[in-house]
Amino acid sequence: MSIADIVREATELPVSRSADECLKCNVCNTVCPVLRVTDKFPGPKYSGPQGQRFRLAHLQPIGGPGSANPPSPDASVDYCSGCGWCTTACPAGVKIAEMNNQARARLREGTRPKLRDWGLGQTDLTGTLGVAFSPIANVAMRNRPLRRAMELAIGVHHKAPVPPFAKRTFHATWKRRQAKAGTGSGKAQPGPDKAIVYFHGCSANYYEPHVAEAAVWVLRRNGFETIVPDQVCCGLPLISNGLYEDARAHACKNAKSLARYAKAGYRIIGTSTSCTHTIKAEYEEMLDMRDEDTRAISAATWDIMEFLLDLHEQGRLDTGFGRLDEDLPYHAPCQLRSHGIGLPALDLFALIPGLRARDMDHDCCGIAGTYGLKREKYDIAMAVGRPLFDKITASGATVAACDSETCRWQIEAATGVRTRHPIEILAESYRAMDRARGTAEPPGA
Amino acid sequence: MAVPHTVDVLVIGGGATGAGVLRDLARRGMTSLLVDREDFATGTSGRYHGLLHSGGRYVGKDKVAARECIEENRVLRRIAPASIEDTGGYFVATPDDPDDYVEAFADNCNQSGVDCDEVRVADLLAREPAINPGIRRAFRVPDGSIEPWGLIEAMVADARARGSDALTYHKVIGMEVAGGRIETVTVRDERTGSVSRVWPKFVVSAAGAWAGQIAALANVKVEMTPGKGTMLVYNYRVTDAVINRCHRSSDGDIMVPIHSVSILGTTDIKVPDPDDYDITRAEIRRLVDEGEKLFPSLREMRILRAYAGVRPLYQAPADTVAGAGNRSISRAHAILDHADQGVDNFVSIVGGKMTTHRLMAEQTVDAVAQKLGNTTACTTADEVLPGMEPGHHYWVGHRLADHEAEGGGDADLLCECELVTRRMAEAYLDTHWPCSIDDVRRGTRVGMGPCQGAFCTFRVAGLVAERLDAHTKATGRPAPGTEPGTPEEVGHAPGSGSLHAAIADRALTAFMRERAKGVRPIASGRQLQELMMTNLVFVDVLGVESLSTASALVFEDEEAVDAAR
Repeated sequence: MSIADIVREATELPVSRSADECLKCNVCNTVCPVLRVTDKFPGPKYSGPQGQRFRLAHLQPIGGPGSANPPSPDASVDYCSGCGWCTTACPAGVKIAEMNNQARARLREGTRPKLRDWGLGQTDLTGTLGVAFSPIANVAMRNRPLRRAMELAIGVHHKAPVPPFAKRTFHATWKRRQAKAGTGSGKAQPGPDKAIVYFHGCSANYYEPHVAEAAVWVLRRNGFETIVPDQVCCGLPLISNGLYEDARAHACKNAKSLARYAKAGYRIIGTSTSCTHTIKAEYEEMLDMRDEDTRAISAATWDIMEFLLDLHEQGRLDTGFGRLDEDLPYHAPCQLRSHGIGLPALDLFALIPGLRARDMDHDCCGIAGTYGLKREKYDIAMAVGRPLFDKITASGATVAACDSETCRWQIEAATGVRTRHPIEILAESYRAMDRARGTAEPPGA
Repeated sequence: MAVPHTVDVLVIGGGATGAGVLRDLARRGMTSLLVDREDFATGTSGRYHGLLHSGGRYVGKDKVAARECIEENRVLRRIAPASIEDTGGYFVATPDDPDDYVEAFADNCNQSGVDCDEVRVADLLAREPAINPGIRRAFRVPDGSIEPWGLIEAMVADARARGSDALTYHKVIGMEVAGGRIETVTVRDERTGSVSRVWPKFVVSAAGAWAGQIAALANVKVEMTPGKGTMLVYNYRVTDAVINRCHRSSDGDIMVPIHSVSILGTTDIKVPDPDDYDITRAEIRRLVDEGEKLFPSLREMRILRAYAGVRPLYQAPADTVAGAGNRSISRAHAILDHADQGVDNFVSIVGGKMTTHRLMAEQTVDAVAQKLGNTTACTTADEVLPGMEPGHHYWVGHRLADHEAEGGGDADLLCECELVTRRMAEAYLDTHWPCSIDDVRRGTRVGMGPCQGAFCTFRVAGLVAERLDAHTKATGRPAPGTEPGTPEEVGHAPGSGSLHAAIADRALTAFMRERAKGVRPIASGRQLQELMMTNLVFVDVLGVESLSTASALVFEDEEAVDAAR
């Protein structure tokens, strides 16, 4: 145990006890994007440190599961989107969003999860099936009557943004490519200064393999090979839907697969800010996993923009960026703010000649993972993101950028503006340079 | 409300015992009047740890008290379900507790009829993760928590439905004794100053720790030994069950979850005057030092305030043991018939505890009935109190669930911490007006949460002013001295603005002073910061210093705050 661990253990409060820190100052309420647009959510202060005092101290109600006295008596806490702004803003250190999340999980304790909430949590299953049947699935998901039927049947709003499935998962493509190249068998694996471990998460695997490809390409350009170990969904969709036990199972699998790399000094790089935040913080905070393996992978995990900016600060980033003469509205997702790493994408965009990237300076697009997909929350999510959508539309730009997948899908659906991961913008800029130099290589190489 | 001239029995003291006596008398057909110098439960009944005893705390030294507790525990669960939370309780053996006591505990419980099951330590720790993981054994008993204010109101309501009555803010200031009887009792309305006389057939003093002072009015000597018990209020549920240490009862060895808080009790220090005692820092240190043996993280948990109550301990002169501490005095009760001191229609009920208040009342009324020739049997253990549903106990989430059912959210919340809505406060004022904000607190829990009144007091003061204005508009006359205090007393200078505002201001400052009093002794960490923020709200934002009641500065005691740092 390092000194940092000892200090952390001594100073970090468990989520439930952090209610003690609340001074009732209201800062959380002033930053809550949901409270601003609806009365259905009573606000972070009310649902969090105040509501906490009316919940039993432990998980099981006295009368056992299903008793008339549930451990979480306020169903309204379900309207918290989990964006995390309250926790970020609280000057006293109350873990409000986490508290709400636990209350949501307790709300569901002892009752069978809704099919929808269960389903939204099973991103690996949905993704695997979706990719396997992608020609049919993608047509079906564009079919209005079918989507209305789906809304009635399971409560996913018919207008909610659902991206098309990829034809093949990134993971499968990668494996095939590795097999073809004969890597992984004879050749010695490059060390942690020459390679990183890539956590693609579900979005880059099942829906946006082009994001993963761009990441691999940019990393290689900067002298890092990519290792893609076996992995499963980080578990965040399960946590958001109150299914902690399933999420723990996911976290254990990931810890088992990734820990040996982390302990060998490899950095784990992700292109999804929400996956990386989950591994960094929520495995311990929400799932109460404090084992050595989990701690090792948490400490080794980086967001890809954070990693690249760090390279730049060390003078190791290839700054040969080609000119991109365009306006680029940029939305920083809520999860990115929870990382506490600033807005590294914007700092990197500033290196690209001609690019006029502008922070849209809006707190939340509304989607908050799976929140905005739900029938009863779709309108709230759209209202939360409305000022952002209006700004992006007004900018006249044809492309926008955002680090988080569900935000990208939400923004695209609401504005019609193509929204890309910052890594794709960087890749495009490098390619522009290659074209200018006449050294362009075919994409995907 | 007028003071009646004649009653069968005058009951002095509006605590649990007095209300229980009033109810029992009324049910046996004796029309009675209860008076209290303040609101109901402002003495010991409103200032205890909230424990509904299983009897487990007494099995080691006082099996009679233990047996009474378990029997009354069962009765109260039946007749006062809404006032009780069925938390269950545990006695746990920490490494500091003596083996012989722990070994004998289950047997001792058995002998007193206290239900007791040993549970696996691991199971208890899984349920109650805050408990010291070093505990060796754990026993489950039917402890619970019991809330006094609703209980007393319900008992009074039962009595009122039978023609009896109770008057708060009516202080007994004199008794006329003639021919070996109390002829008349003089009471003063503390709010208007008006004085009345009552001719009772019989007088019961249920004045608890103040019984000596009441008896003295009839030239009767009752030697009380008031024992101060200090308690600490923790911000929320440290545990869901009552947790006791398995040893001879001592300081800081019990945590009672009640409403939205947990209460760590208690100390026991003899005090000469039940109205005059301080909470010392040494006591608080002692409580936390001992409490830590049960809950290792206790020191990091937020304390909202400290408060103290005085136990109505009584020791018959013959039983006095020189040099023995207060803990050695029996918690059992005694009914003192003052005929032995030449007053034939006067008894005092002393000692005892909240859990046995009904039994104390029954035995007292038995004694009164015998003297008055009433042969009706006691029925107070038979029927559920008015307004309560059989079997429906209190549970911690009810207020949040109820508020949720009414639409939830911040709308119309006066007190955000304890979820008191305008409707709840108005309903209380409707039935209790005129009253102080502190009375509203007892009735609704307003101001009892983490902010200790910072964000709710000015809202309630607004309601008070509204009500005074409404009265004036409706009657065309200024509202009478509704808040305790006359225009002169509230510092209202003629022509300086609304008298109503001045009364509301006074109510506000009085309440904030009362709240700050309990915060000061423990003010450190977050609670000190909260106090500072409260100061900011009241002094810097609301300008409380410039009120016409400027003498009543909320936090003038900066020295105490400095010391707490």
